[in-house]
Amino acid sequence: MKKVCIVGTGQTEVGEHWDKSILHLAHKAVTSALLDAQVESVDALFVGNMLSGALSGQENLAAAVADFSGLRNIEAVKTEAACASGAAALRMGYTAVASGLHDRVLVLGVEKMTNTLGHDTTAALGMAADAVYETFQGVSFTALNAMMMQRYMWQYDVPDTGLAGFSINAHRNGCHNPHAMFRHAITEDDYGRSRVISSPLCVLDSSPICDGAAAVVLCAVGSSSLPDSSRHVAPVTILGSAAATDTLAVHDRSDPLRLAAVELSTQQALAQAGADLGNVDFLELHDAFSILGAMSLEAVGYAEPGTGWRYAMDGYIDIEGDLPVSTQGGLKSRGHPVGATGVYQAVEAVKQLQGLAGPNQVANAGLGMIQNIGGSGASVFTHILGI
Amino acid sequence: MFVPSSWRTRHQRYSLIGEVCPACDKHIFPPRDVCPHCDQPAGPAHKFNGTGVVFSYTTLFQPPAGFESQAPYVVALVQLDEGPMLTAQLTDVEAEEVKIGMKVEMVPRKLMEDGPQGQVHYCYKFRPLWAKTAQAEVPV
Repeated sequence: MKKVCIVGTGQTEVGEHWDKSILHLAHKAVTSALLDAQVESVDALFVGNMLSGALSGQENLAAAVADFSGLRNIEAVKTEAACASGAAALRMGYTAVASGLHDRVLVLGVEKMTNTLGHDTTAALGMAADAVYETFQGVSFTALNAMMMQRYMWQYDVPDTGLAGFSINAHRNGCHNPHAMFRHAITEDDYGRSRVISSPLCVLDSSPICDGAAAVVLCAVGSSSLPDSSRHVAPVTILGSAAATDTLAVHDRSDPLRLAAVELSTQQALAQAGADLGNVDFLELHDAFSILGAMSLEAVGYAEPGTGWRYAMDGYIDIEGDLPVSTQGGLKSRGHPVGATGVYQAVEAVKQLQGLAGPNQVANAGLGMIQNIGGSGASVFTHILGI
Repeated sequence: MFVPSSWRTRHQRYSLIGEVCPACDKHIFPPRDVCPHCDQPAGPAHKFNGTGVVFSYTTLFQPPAGFESQAPYVVALVQLDEGPMLTAQLTDVEAEEVKIGMKVEMVPRKLMEDGPQGQVHYCYKFRPLWAKTAQAEVPV
């Protein structure tokens, strides 16, 4: 297999882009990434997206993006793995280049979630869960996470604001990310007063409904297609790429508080990279809800079951902590345009590894892990990036 | 839900019809083609007795489309006494009375309707087990 590096990145600000269609958002990220890489063409385009059909009435999205962005005639395909669609596209792009099939590809993650009213968007997000035996019961995607949170807090005796640390950390870091949707800090008091969406889960446990697009250009190391730009800034290499699945429905798991696919994909990605957890300098985890932050720390292997929440309370996950998490605001503060999130994580990891993360720079960042979860743990993609 | 899908799944939704795996004897709900416990072909139909306990629950204040008029309502992960866990609404109980570990039983109820001209969908819901006991104790 060929080594694959990231030679250019692009991203839009995450937010409610009422004036932009899904194609305009995509185009903005595509052109930024191509400009950053100083290339004009790629062999193929892989688009991560979950809801273009449901919320924009547009399928055949990859061809639409290629057409709209001046990349007509190249291979282009959309990948869908619910909220992990972005990382699924990254892995598609990675395998295409690593296999030698393509030399240089573009990976885009894009989501437009504000075309519809709130309850319609909520219903569309529910499609990540089992259509008949979860969603049809009137269960929102938020409610599934709320039930995991309720059980977790009961089983491990977590105080009412015990999970607040994940959102506080995310907002603190998001303050300094010019692409983040929420650039304000929050306190434990704010969290305690936050409106309940689905008990016990409140607004400040939850990532927002938003729009955004991010893109990366991948290239084979040593290839003649490697752009000139990579001679100036050391390109970031994808050292590990792994994917795993779990039961679609939360209720079908022998332990609904265990993210088995996170465990598996983490172990596989680390093995491929020849690294262990001690080598990881920062972690972009899938904090769509604060409970997923706690459960991810446990499944990745940093925390024992039932103790992940404590790590967010004592500075462990701060930028200066032992394991910086959500360093550019994570899903909670940067925002979670679902199918775009996995590619935002890759863009942010590249900035960290190149020392371009500004006030949120992790000191001596040499190895980063990014993890994207689709559904309530059903599809998980883990990538390890290094310089 | 689409009408054919609703029709196809009527037995499991109205009567909690699942399966018993002929290879490992585990109870399965909903019915599948492959046993999730031993990966062998799933077995003959089994009607669940419908009792279980609440594993976890939540009260929804922001419902998905189709359920707006019902909010707030309670949904739960119910661990059936015969093995499998399922996701269902709770009924005949106030939200603040629901507890993890509470014993519940299945009742078929109206779930939602596809607009004024659309299909009315029925499904299992769960209510506190004492409701059945209390009814049985009412003198005739």
